[in-house]
Amino acid sequence: MSLPSELPPRQEIGVIGWVRKNLFSSWYNIVLTLVAAYLVVTSVGPLLNWVFLEATFTGETAADCSGEGACWLFIGQRLNFFIYGFYPDALQWRIDIMFGLLAVAFAPQFIERFPARKWFGIFGLTGLPLIGYILIPGGWFGLEEVPSSRWGGLMLTLILAYVGILAALPIGTVLALGRRSDMPIIRGLCVVFIEVWRAVPLITVLFMASVMLPLFLPDGVNFEKLMRALIGIILWQSAYMAEVVRGGLQAIPKGQYEAASALGLGYWRKTGLVILPQALTLVIPGIVNTFISLFKDTTLVLIIGLFDILGAVQSTITDPAWRNVTTEGYVFVAFCFWIFCFGMSRYSQNLERKLDTGHKS
Amino acid sequence: MKKRLSLVAVAATLAGTLMTGNVLASILDDVKSRGHVQCGVTTGLPGFSQPDDKGNWTGIDVDTCRAVAAAVFGSADKVQFTPLTAKERFTALQSGEIDILSRNTTWTLTRDTSLGLNFTGTNYYDGQGFLVSKKLGVDNAEQLDGATVCIQAGTTTELNLADYFRTKDMKFNPLVFDTSEQTVSGFAAGRCDVLTSDRSQLAALRSKLEDPSSAIILPNIISKEPLGPVVRQGDDQWFNVVKWALFAQINAEELGVTQDNVVEMKSSENPEIQRLLGTTGDMGEKLGLPADFGFRIVQTVGNYGEMYDRNVGPDTPLGLDRGLNALWSNGGIMYAPPVR
Amino acid sequence: MNESNITPVRTRPKPWNDPRIRTIVFQTIALAAVFWFGWTLFQNTLSNMESRGISTGFGFLDQTSGFGIIMSLIPYDSTMTYGRTFWVGLLNTLLVSAMGIVAATILGFIVGVARLSSNWLIAKLALVYVETIRNIPLLLQIFFWYFAVLQNLPSPRQSIDVADMLFLSNRGLYFPTAAAEPGFGWVMAALVAGILATIFIHRWAKKRQLKTGQLFPAFRVGLGLIVALPVLVFVLTGAPLVWEMPSLTGFNFTGGASILPELAALWIALSLYTASFIAEIVRSGILAVSHGQTEAASALGLRSSLTLRLVVIPQAMRVIIPPLTSQYLNLVKNSSLATAIGYPDLVSVFMGTTLNQTGQAVEVVAITMAVYLTISLIISVLMNIYNRAVALQER
Repeated sequence: MSLPSELPPRQEIGVIGWVRKNLFSSWYNIVLTLVAAYLVVTSVGPLLNWVFLEATFTGETAADCSGEGACWLFIGQRLNFFIYGFYPDALQWRIDIMFGLLAVAFAPQFIERFPARKWFGIFGLTGLPLIGYILIPGGWFGLEEVPSSRWGGLMLTLILAYVGILAALPIGTVLALGRRSDMPIIRGLCVVFIEVWRAVPLITVLFMASVMLPLFLPDGVNFEKLMRALIGIILWQSAYMAEVVRGGLQAIPKGQYEAASALGLGYWRKTGLVILPQALTLVIPGIVNTFISLFKDTTLVLIIGLFDILGAVQSTITDPAWRNVTTEGYVFVAFCFWIFCFGMSRYSQNLERKLDTGHKS
Repeated sequence: MKKRLSLVAVAATLAGTLMTGNVLASILDDVKSRGHVQCGVTTGLPGFSQPDDKGNWTGIDVDTCRAVAAAVFGSADKVQFTPLTAKERFTALQSGEIDILSRNTTWTLTRDTSLGLNFTGTNYYDGQGFLVSKKLGVDNAEQLDGATVCIQAGTTTELNLADYFRTKDMKFNPLVFDTSEQTVSGFAAGRCDVLTSDRSQLAALRSKLEDPSSAIILPNIISKEPLGPVVRQGDDQWFNVVKWALFAQINAEELGVTQDNVVEMKSSENPEIQRLLGTTGDMGEKLGLPADFGFRIVQTVGNYGEMYDRNVGPDTPLGLDRGLNALWSNGGIMYAPPVR
Repeated sequence: MNESNITPVRTRPKPWNDPRIRTIVFQTIALAAVFWFGWTLFQNTLSNMESRGISTGFGFLDQTSGFGIIMSLIPYDSTMTYGRTFWVGLLNTLLVSAMGIVAATILGFIVGVARLSSNWLIAKLALVYVETIRNIPLLLQIFFWYFAVLQNLPSPRQSIDVADMLFLSNRGLYFPTAAAEPGFGWVMAALVAGILATIFIHRWAKKRQLKTGQLFPAFRVGLGLIVALPVLVFVLTGAPLVWEMPSLTGFNFTGGASILPELAALWIALSLYTASFIAEIVRSGILAVSHGQTEAASALGLRSSLTLRLVVIPQAMRVIIPPLTSQYLNLVKNSSLATAIGYPDLVSVFMGTTLNQTGQAVEVVAITMAVYLTISLIISVLMNIYNRAVALQER
């Protein structure tokens, strides 16, 4: 005769078991849990109150903000400025198209088994910038020209980061190849270039680009301010990109190089057909991570007087018509950046996990 | 080498649409063929040059540029504004990125000589002063010993301030910000006791405070700051165009020509008005401008007094009296040579 | 390849196909191109500066600066030279960087370990911290700590004070300073003696442990020596210190020392931001230590805190050090954002005000960039030395 099997003790399973195991396993864990729980409870309540319950969402002017909670009305009223900068109202459809295309190109990358998603990505890296180049500044095909001094807000932030990374990719690849070259002078030049740019803060680079670049150029040649900032960002970013690509090149097993040589491929064909395709696929997560940091770093352009999204918010929170919306403005910008950066970092982590299998030597 | 070449290539390709014109040609011809005047302004200073959220710029410095556009094109809208920080402004002008720098810039000997610039006149006579919170109970700058002072970087005010406190044998803590917005934020947050700048800017910055009446501007003026539009050296024709656009506005006020009556004034018997509005003489031609450039300026931008009242005058948030900026005939020092 | 004795019959390749010749030609062209590029830039710059009447050379460093700086670690006033402003700015940069590195390392290690805590709540809180902070631009965080927090601090006259010694207001945190009187030298001597004795005891204890296996509480004894010895001497010599209290005079506190709000905001933002990256580095470093090590340690009967300290962390350090170095470098570079809130660092003072007053952009920017390059090299070298020391402990 056997005893009927009993359920495990109630303290060991279910909610109680989980709580005992994960929150109150020892005396110091109990203390930690209690302190942490107290902090969470005391901070989340007022935070929720401020963000949602007592906040003002609708209305027309600053007077509608009740005063207790956040004044999100301010963000709503100025949203157009935060997204498009000074871009003319009537022409904002062009930017909307670009936002749409951006989503079309990159949203499929988050969905596995989306048909032909690779081609969407390739469009994002080639066709999209081309369309943007025609559409955003205008000036041809009867499109009205919009000078770059009217660009601003989120749109400018995205342009800076996107063009920065796109142009830095080829330059960085060449630099990385140069750094792994057998030729000592080429290698030396690349090492110096990479290390110098990596050692200096972006702010000095931007400053140099905005104030000193005109001194370097021959008389009569001149770039607009946005272009100068872009040149600085690209040079600086290509040094970081070079290091990312170099990591990919180093991860390619030596056998691949040897096999390619054995097939009789010369340096350029070996690099272009065998090594780079593998290396660049490997470093996509790294490229996304660099993009994230560049995306955050583009906020620095406000120091040289460009109205990126932070610059736009910074310039409106001093508007006398709206009192004391500093925190709301900063929280809004933080939220925008957080959405983009968190999404991209998740994407790169997933990709890393997928690429990891089978490639680790 | 590869990297250098590709770098140049990328820069050149990208530069395609963004490249600006050649500085070697005559600026006036350049402006005419481009179709607009490129004007350097502040990144935001109420009353002088401030964008609204649609990117429409207003202010006395903005109108000074608009007057030039009106003189050249007959339209005050044919002008594009480049916001510049104090640090960048002179390089932007020297490199040809902008045609006029109209950014409350003080006329000094160094700037006229070693920076290679020419000031075309003064559109606002100013002086450095102090803005303090009423709560401090200070009514004179000589009581400011030991105070923390907010200043904007890249200006002559930093040097004036240090000189003033040293000659008065007082101590101070200078807190230097990059833009005027940050400066006023620092002052509003109570980080500093005093904000120092040109007195007109103090009025503008005070209007940005939550409660403008909580701060007062001290009576002390510690420097002379004639502010005006600047062009680069080497193009006298353009120098004259910018100079006379402003003089035309001042003369118009003196002669009683306003935006409202300028059309009737065209049939005025007064020879000075006739010359100003181009109904007689070839004044415009001498400048390389249309004969009626004065008429166009007054019709689209107004005379100096109207420009002043609209942007910084007593009925605006800045509420600045004319003071030194009144016409010479009204007790000020605003004076323009005759159109003759 | 070029060992011609292996292949006795060898046709010489055509010169344009010879890899050696091609290499030399290619490199010569590259070098020439870079020189040409540099030379063109140099010539352009010279001619541009000449036509714009900008003077060149480093003579400006000896001229009188004429402006004030709010915070300086060395004596400075507006009658001193531009060269002096360079040192003031550099020291301020180094100060905030050093403070940031210490705080970020401590916080980063705590959060990194907390990420792996068995306590669910703690691990989740650490996760939320990391994912929030590192996905928001640093400049925004600096603005937040400076403008949003500062606005809520009281003015000096209503400052929050702790026991009439610490005063917190929107002018910063003021605290008393101590001035040494004769006899204080003995206290310092006692401190040095304590430190030396501790090092000696530590070595001896280690040797003994290796020989006999017996543990000696070297840490506690050492702490006792370093703290108690100077305190004892301090009391015996009759407390030769004078405290200087901050007091409110006029607009602000005088006396004592202070942490400026600019420094505090920059320090907090830099530390929190960098700590979120360090936490992830620490976490992956710990995860890289194989599970067998932990199990072996607990099989030996080590407590979990000892396991972490003696087994896991030392091995994790080898994985952690290289990325940690680049985080330290990032922190130093990011400290240049000081210019946005008016903390007088190198970029703000030297590349800001000094550059504006002298107009010698090329020289000033070159000096500034050289400084950052040097700092980067020094940190890299130091961390490499440390890395080697950690690696050597392998037996």
